Amino acid sequence: MSAAEHLVVLPIVVPLVAAALIVLVDERRYALKAAISLASLVVLSATALALLGMGGTTRVYALGGWPAPFGIVLVADRLSVAMVLLAAVLGLAACVFSLARWHRAGPRFHALLQFLLMGLDGVFLTGDLFNLFVFFELLLAASYGLALYGGGPSRVRASLHYIVINLTASLFFLVGVSLIYGVTGTLNMADLAVRIAAIAPDDRPLVEAGAAVLAIAFLLKAGMWPLGFWLPSTYAAASAPAAAMFSILSKVGVYAVLRLWLLFFAGGDGGALLAWGGMATLAFAIAGVLAAQDLGRIAGYSLLASSGTLLAAIGVGSAAAAGAALYYLIASTLGIAALFLLIELVQRSREPGADLLAVTAEAFGVDAADEPEEETGAAIPATMALLGLSFAACALLVAGLPPLPGFVGKFALLAAVLTPAPIAAPAWALLALLMLSGLATLIAMARAGMRIFWPSEERSVPRVRVIEMAPIAALIALLLALTVAAGPAMQYLQDAAHALHAPHGYIDTVLGRR
Amino acid sequence: MELIVSLGIGVLAGSGVWLLLRPRTFQVIVGLSLLSYSVNLFIFFMGWVRGGRAPIVAPGTPGSLAGFADPLPQALVLTAIVISFATTALLLVALLAARGLTGTDHVDGREEDE
Repeated sequence: MSAAEHLVVLPIVVPLVAAALIVLVDERRYALKAAISLASLVVLSATALALLGMGGTTRVYALGGWPAPFGIVLVADRLSVAMVLLAAVLGLAACVFSLARWHRAGPRFHALLQFLLMGLDGVFLTGDLFNLFVFFELLLAASYGLALYGGGPSRVRASLHYIVINLTASLFFLVGVSLIYGVTGTLNMADLAVRIAAIAPDDRPLVEAGAAVLAIAFLLKAGMWPLGFWLPSTYAAASAPAAAMFSILSKVGVYAVLRLWLLFFAGGDGGALLAWGGMATLAFAIAGVLAAQDLGRIAGYSLLASSGTLLAAIGVGSAAAAGAALYYLIASTLGIAALFLLIELVQRSREPGADLLAVTAEAFGVDAADEPEEETGAAIPATMALLGLSFAACALLVAGLPPLPGFVGKFALLAAVLTPAPIAAPAWALLALLMLSGLATLIAMARAGMRIFWPSEERSVPRVRVIEMAPIAALIALLLALTVAAGPAMQYLQDAAHALHAPHGYIDTVLGRR
Repeated sequence: MELIVSLGIGVLAGSGVWLLLRPRTFQVIVGLSLLSYSVNLFIFFMGWVRGGRAPIVAPGTPGSLAGFADPLPQALVLTAIVISFATTALLLVALLAARGLTGTDHVDGREEDE
C-alpha cells in the first residue's frame, strides 16, 4: 500500500490520537490542549482536501487486511470526502471560537470535540453497518458530553431528554441491524446491497421491517416530524461552539438515509414517505420559527427546516434533486453553525448581568477570582456594525436569498424537482413549502434582528474579541466562496449524487469486482 | 423453546417501554436498561437457533452453519452490551446532575402541578 492509500484512515486515527493525548494532559494547561486540538483539525482538513484533490475515484481501505465481505472496510467516495471536509471545517470554526472563553468553562472541551469528529468521520467513511452503529454511538457519547458542557440547569434538563431519546434510538438501530443481519447474513454495506436485491420474496418483508426500524433511528437524528421535538430546545441550550458542531449532527441522519436507502433499495419504496415526512417537518419548522421567542430556538427550527428540505428532496428520488440537496446541505450546515456562534455574541449584549460564564463558574464551583480576565485581547471597533452585518448574512443564508449559497441550493433543488413536464403533487407542495419557509425565516430573523440591533433603550455593546469574530467571518467568507464557485461545487456534488443513484460502481469497487 | 425466548424478550421490552414512559428519572433509567437487555437478547438469538451448540467448528466436521451457532451475533452483542453499559453510566451522571440542579427527580425538572 502506498502512503496515499492510508489517507482514508487518517480522519479517524488523527482525532483519536489527539483526543487521547488531550485526556492525558493536565486539565489546567489550556494552551497545550488547544494546540493539540488545532493541530489535529488542521491535519484533518488537509487530509480531506488531499482526498478531494485526488479526484472522484472510490477508495476502499481494508482495516484488517481482509477483503471486503469478510473484513471491515472504510470506503471514501465523493460524498464521504465532502462530508469529512465539512466536519473538519466546522470543527476548526468551533475550536477557534472556543479559544476565547468556552474551552475554559469545563475541563474537557477539546477531547470531546475530537471524539465527536472521530465519530463523524467514522460514520461518513465506514462501509460496514455495525461499524456505522459503533461510530454513531461514539459521536453520540461525545455529543452528550458537549450538550452538557458548561453545566447549568437548562442544559442539564435539555441534555437529559436528548440522552434518553438518543439511547432509545440506538436500541432501534440495533434491532434494525440484527434483523437485517439475521435475514441476509452479512453486515458489509456493499454485500448487503447485492444480497437484498437477490433475496427470497418470503424474507423480503423481514428485511424491509429491519430497514424501517433502522430508518427510525436515522430520521430521529435528522429530526423528521414527528421525531424532532427534542431538537430545538437541546440545541438552544447547548453552548455556542457545541451547538455549532451539532448543526452537522442532524445531517448525519440525512447522510445515513441517503446512503443506505439508495444502496439497499435503489431508491425504490419509501420515497413518497420521505418526501411527505420531509414536508411535514418543513411545515412544523415554519410554525416553530414564527412562534420562537429567542434566537437559539429560531436557529434550532431553521435547522429543522433544512433537515425537512433535505429529506423531501431526497424523497423526490431523482439524482439531480439529490445533488442539489447535497449542495444545500453543505451551505445550510455552515450557515446555521455561523448563526449559532453569532447568537452567543449577540446575546451577550442583551443580558449584561446574566453572563453565561458566571453560571458555568458557579456550576463548576470555580472561585470568581479565577475567572479569566476579559479585558485581554483586542476588542473590535464598530462591534455592533460587524455583528449586524454577520447577522444579516446569516439571515439571508438561512432564509435562502441571494447572493448566498442557500439561494443557489434551493434554486437548483426547485429546478430539479420541477423539470419533468407533468409536475406531480408533491413537487408543488414542496415548492410552496420552500417559499413559505424562506419567508417565515426571514420574518423571524428580521424581527429578532430589529429587537437586537435597533434597541430603544440603553444597551451595553458586547465585548467581542477578534478570535470570536474570526471563525464567523471565515464561515461567511467560505459561503461566499461557495457561491462564486457554485459551478464546480455543484458539478462535484451532482457526480456524487449520480454515483449514489447508480450504486453498482460502489458495490463493484468495495467487493473488488472491477 | 422459541416461544419462551420470544415471550421473554417481549416481556422485557414491554416492561422497558412502560417504565421509559414514566415521569421519574429513575424509572426511565431502569426502563432503558430493561429495553437494552431485551435488544441484546434479540441480537443474540438472531444467531442462535439450536440449543447447546458452541460457535466453534469442531475438527473434522464441515464448516457449515447447520452444525454450530453463528459467532458473529455473539461478537455484536458484546459490543452492544459494552456500549449500552457506558452510555447508561453517562445518563446516570446527567440524571444526578439534574436532580442536584433542579431539586426534583421529574424528567422535566419540575413537578407537573407547578
